[in-house]
Amino acid sequence: MLEILKYSFFDLIRSRWTYIYCGFYLLFTLSLLWLSNDLSKVVISLMNVVLLLCPLIATMFGVMYYYNSREFTELLLAQPMKRTSIFLGQYLGLAGSLSASWLIGTGVPFVLYGVFGSAQAGNFLTLMLIGVALSFIFSALAFLIALKNENRIKGFGLAILVWLFFAVVYDGFLLLSLSYFNEYPLEKFALAASMFNPIDLSRILILLKLDISALMGFTGAVFRKFLGTGLGMAVSLGVLAVWVLLPTWGIRRVSLRKDF
Amino acid sequence: MISIHHLHKSFGKNHVLKGVDLDFDKPGITAVLGPNGSGKTTLIKSILGMVLPSEGTIEVAGKNIKGQWKYRRQIAYLPQIARFPDNLKVKELLGMIKDLRVGPSDEELLIDQFELRPFLDSRLANLSGGTRQKVNLVLTFMYDCPIIILDEPTAGLDPISMVRLKELIEHQRALGKTILITTHVMSLVEELADEVVYLLEGHIHFRGSLKTLKETYGEASVERAIASLLERQKGKLEFSSNGHQTFVLA
Repeated sequence: MLEILKYSFFDLIRSRWTYIYCGFYLLFTLSLLWLSNDLSKVVISLMNVVLLLCPLIATMFGVMYYYNSREFTELLLAQPMKRTSIFLGQYLGLAGSLSASWLIGTGVPFVLYGVFGSAQAGNFLTLMLIGVALSFIFSALAFLIALKNENRIKGFGLAILVWLFFAVVYDGFLLLSLSYFNEYPLEKFALAASMFNPIDLSRILILLKLDISALMGFTGAVFRKFLGTGLGMAVSLGVLAVWVLLPTWGIRRVSLRKDF
Repeated sequence: MISIHHLHKSFGKNHVLKGVDLDFDKPGITAVLGPNGSGKTTLIKSILGMVLPSEGTIEVAGKNIKGQWKYRRQIAYLPQIARFPDNLKVKELLGMIKDLRVGPSDEELLIDQFELRPFLDSRLANLSGGTRQKVNLVLTFMYDCPIIILDEPTAGLDPISMVRLKELIEHQRALGKTILITTHVMSLVEELADEVVYLLEGHIHFRGSLKTLKETYGEASVERAIASLLERQKGKLEFSSNGHQTFVLA
């Protein structure tokens, strides 16, 4: 598996799109740091971008990478290797290269700015972690969707729908149901509902860390009220880990039963 | 070496292989022939474990291959379409396969034979289809495996490489290997094959030596023999669907 991981990673690291992706973060972070001297504001601005962009790019890359490397995967399948190590290796290479783009693109400007000397070091690290978690989660989901759908257009469509659902539609539904049923105690429902959306969870995690009540929203406030800041962060981190593991397990399962 | 028993495979409603029984126990070259969509590639991919049988068993070197992967060390496989990661260089791809497969490999001679040396530092995306097929061939033949499976090996090759390929295959036969080839190029079959398996609509319709094939159908070339095999088959189908009509076999 490590061999496959290494080659997928280096294959992707040299792709034009990885450079563009990394360059975008680099430019964006640099200009934010230039425009604002308040590091926590920069972290919040970046958070808003990352919550949409990381999942979107991970989804697109995941589907594209799977379909583009299909013939190569067939070559690997004919080699004396386990199926699961081929697919998990490819997935980890993909998620790893996306995370590397993100870490370099945003990390380098922050470090150069001297974030580790400031009070914002913890917030910055949480932001980094969330970018990595979202890259892993959404590339796993995309990989799984691509693995399940031979038809590229269908696969692309479904993957985009999944992103749209978690990034936009889910919150809309949640808000609608909260305002519709506002006569009832909804805290527990909201708490459970936010577990089912990794983007929401990431937002809560970073806002708990930043401790900004005004931006927390209903679910964030519920998290803090019920679990407290420390436990709230631990729970959201734990559930994010489950969000990585479940689709990864799905990739393993589907790859063992598929014909190529 | 390979023994296939009662192999069925369906993709959804499409029943591709309908009970294939085959044994490849003697060394030599077997050509697997059949029209497009007759199940040749599915059969080959089943042997490699890429396609999972709906029913039936496949044994390689006496062991059932279900859920196994180590047996593939004994198989060299040339896939039908040669597509590789675009960003890798030829040299890196070779290095990668060498990393993945244990044991000694012998690619230097093959690289010279197929005149690939000038391309070693090129990215695979920039290679022409024929050159990629040559890379594919080097990857296949650089390991010493007792079983060799070639799916359309001649696709996109120029005449010189074609000659080299034939020499290579003959050399492997001389080493006592079991070789399976699917192809639509009948001249290749005529020159190389010891035996022919003819697959049609998921059944094996003929298996035997080239000579038997030609004699059975009273034709001078494989191409014509196959054509008359197909015609008879059509005749049989018509006959069975219109039972009341009398139909004389050619």
